[in-house]
Amino acid sequence: MAQTQTSAIKLPPLKKLTNYPEKLAPGHRLCAGCGASIIIRQMYMVANALGYELIWANATGCVEVCTTVYPYTSWKSPWIHNAFENAAATISGVEAAYKALKKKGKLPTDKKVKFVALGGDGGTADIGFQSLSGALERGHDFIYVCYDNEAYMNTGIQRSSATPKYANTTTQPVGSESLGKPQHKKWLPEVAAAHGIPYVAQVSPSHWKDLMEKFKKALLTEGPSFINAFTVCPRGWRTKEEEGMLVARLAVETNYWPLFEVENGKWRITYRPRNPKPLEEYLKIQGRFKHLFKPENKGKIEELQQEVNRHWDWLNKMEELTNREE
Amino acid sequence: MRPELIKEITYVPYSGNMAAAEAMRQINPDVVAAYPITPQTELMQFFADFVANGLVDTEYIPVESEHSAMSACVGAAASGARAMTATAGPGLAYMWEVLGIASGMRLPIVMTVVNRALSAPINIHGDQSDAMGARDQGWIMLFSENAEEQYDNLIQAFKIAEDERTRLPVMVGMDGFVISHSIERVRLLPDKAVEEFIGETKVMYPLLDVENPVTHGPVAMTDSYMEFKRQQREAMMEAYKVIREVGQQFEEAFGKKYEHIETYKIDDADYVLIIIGSTAGTAKFVIDKLREEKGIKVGLIKIRTYRPFPYYDVMDALESSNCKAVGVFDRAETFGAVGGPLYSDVATAMHLRGKLYPIVSFIYGLGGRDTNVHHIEEAIDKVMQKAAGKEVPLINYLNLKE
Repeated sequence: MAQTQTSAIKLPPLKKLTNYPEKLAPGHRLCAGCGASIIIRQMYMVANALGYELIWANATGCVEVCTTVYPYTSWKSPWIHNAFENAAATISGVEAAYKALKKKGKLPTDKKVKFVALGGDGGTADIGFQSLSGALERGHDFIYVCYDNEAYMNTGIQRSSATPKYANTTTQPVGSESLGKPQHKKWLPEVAAAHGIPYVAQVSPSHWKDLMEKFKKALLTEGPSFINAFTVCPRGWRTKEEEGMLVARLAVETNYWPLFEVENGKWRITYRPRNPKPLEEYLKIQGRFKHLFKPENKGKIEELQQEVNRHWDWLNKMEELTNREE
Repeated sequence: MRPELIKEITYVPYSGNMAAAEAMRQINPDVVAAYPITPQTELMQFFADFVANGLVDTEYIPVESEHSAMSACVGAAASGARAMTATAGPGLAYMWEVLGIASGMRLPIVMTVVNRALSAPINIHGDQSDAMGARDQGWIMLFSENAEEQYDNLIQAFKIAEDERTRLPVMVGMDGFVISHSIERVRLLPDKAVEEFIGETKVMYPLLDVENPVTHGPVAMTDSYMEFKRQQREAMMEAYKVIREVGQQFEEAFGKKYEHIETYKIDDADYVLIIIGSTAGTAKFVIDKLREEKGIKVGLIKIRTYRPFPYYDVMDALESSNCKAVGVFDRAETFGAVGGPLYSDVATAMHLRGKLYPIVSFIYGLGGRDTNVHHIEEAIDKVMQKAAGKEVPLINYLNLKE
C-alpha cells in the first residue's frame, strides 16, 4: 500500500530542495561539524517539498539545549521540549490533541502536519526506550527520529546502549584494565521494527538521497515510523570537524551502518556497497578507537569486523525471508 | 455505571471513583492519558467505558506508565487541549519529574490523585504521603472529604487552572478506598449546567498553531531560570484569589459553598482539630458526640486548599474560636522533622500571625490504618491535656500497635 503511494510522489531535484526557506535558523549553538543539524535540514527539505508542517517534540539532548537557549529559538516550526525520556509520550499527547481538536473543528488550518519526535541515542535507546516502545505500540501517527551519535554527547561522551564496543567514553574509559565499552551496540531500529510498525529505516546524511526518500516514506506513512540516523560527533568521536560526511560515508561503505528499511514487514537493504571496505578504515579516522591500533590490542578490530559481518548477514537473511514469494 | 446523560440535579449512590469519572465525563476533556494503578484503576475503567460507548469526545491514550501519562498531558495541554489524568501513590511518585514540568510550563492540566501509601513496604491503601511528596512541584492542591466534594472540586478545577492569572495545573486528592471505593450519596449536576459553568477552553500560545510557531520548554540558563520560578510563585498567590472566586461562582450556580477551608463548630470551640480529607468527616461525628455527651467544645478546620496554603484563613478561624490548643492531623510522615507537612504549615501560619497556640501533632492512617471514633477521642484527650498545661508528646501516632 505505502509503496505505491510513496513511489508516485517524487521529490524535486536537489537544486529546488535547497531553495526552500530554512526552518532551523542559523545561530544555534551546535558544534562545528555536528551531524544532527544536517539531518534535520535534510528532513525539512522533504517536508517543505511535500508541503508538510513539522511539529516537533524534542528530547533533552544536544539539539534541544543548543537550539532553544531562552530567549532565543532556532525553530520556525512548533516545537516542544518536555524532558529527557519522554519525547515519544509527549508527541503522543500532541497528536491526540490534534485529533481531538480537529474533530471538534477547533483547528483553523487545513495545512498538512506531521508530528516528529527527535531524540539522541541516550534519550531513545536508554532512558526514553519505554516511552518510545509505548508510543510505537499505540500506533500514534508520528515519526520518531533518533539522531544516533553513539553516546551521551551533550553531557560529555558518556556511554549509552548505542555506543559501539571498544569505543572510548568518559564513563567506560580506556585504561590499563579497560578497552572502553565491553558490549556491542544495541540494534535499535531492529527493536523498533519488532513492534510491527508500518515503517522503520536506518539512514546516513552522507547518502542524502536515500535519507530523503526514507523520510518521505515516513512522512507519507499513516501511523508510527522510526528512523535511526547516523550522526557524527566530532567532539565525542575525536574526528575532524570537516570530515563528518567522510566518516558517515565510510560507516556505510564498511557496512558498519547499513542503510535499510522495513516497510510493512518487508526488510530491504537500500544500499549495497559494491566492494565493502574493511572496518579498519572507518575506525582509524576516529580518536575513540585509537587504542585498538596499539600492538597489544591486536585482534580487537577483527572482532568488531566479525560483528559487522554478523549484522550484515542477519539483515540479508531478513531481506530474503520477508520478500520470499509464497 | 449508568450510561445515560443527566438533565437535572440527581442524587445517586456513587463511590469517589464513580463521582470523579462522572465529573470527567461532564468536563469532556480533549485528551485523557492514564495508566491504571490501585485504587485509581476503577476510575479509569469507568472513564474508558464512557470512551468505548461514545459518551465523551475524548482522545484517550492508554499509556504505558504514569510518567508517560503526565508527559502526554503536557504535550496535549501545550497543544491547546484540555488534558486530564488520574493516578495514585507510586504512580504519582513516578510522575514526579513531569509534575514540575507541567507547572513550570504553566499548563492547566487537571488530575485526580486517589491518595495512596508509598512503598516500601508496598501498600495500596489510603495515605496522603503521595500528594505530600509532590507538594513542592508547583501544583494547586485541593483535597476532598467525600465523593461529592471530589466531583465538585474537579468541576471547579479547570476554571481555576485555565484562568490567565494562574495557568497552573490542579490536583484534586481523595483518600484511597475510604472515599474512592465507598458508596455514598452524591449530588450530580446537569450536563448542560456543568458545561456552561466550565465554559470553552482558555487557550494560550497553542503548539498546534502552525501559523505562529511557538517554542515550548526551552533551556533557561542562570540569567533567566529564577525569574520563571518567581513568576510561578506569583501565579500561586493569584491562585489563592482565583480558587475563592471560582468557589463563589460554584455557590452561585449550584448553591453549595466552597472555600479554602471548611470550619465546623468553631465559634465556641475550646479545642480545634485541623484535618485534610476523609477523616474530617469522622471528626465531625466525634465533635457532635463529645458536645452532646460530655459538653466538650471541639471544633474543626478542614483544609480544602492545601497549595496555596490558606495561612490567614486558618488563623482567622482559630482566632474566631476560644481555642486553647490545636490538634494537627497528618496522614503522611516527614521523617526527621517535627510532625507532618500540615503541622509545619499550621505552625508557620501561627508564626505569621504572631499567635502561637499549643499544638499536638498526630500521625494517623498511614497505609490505610483505620482511624475510628475512639482514636479521634484519644487525640482530643491529648489536645485537652496540652491545653491544661500537661506534658504531651510532640508527635503522637493514632491506632499504632506499640
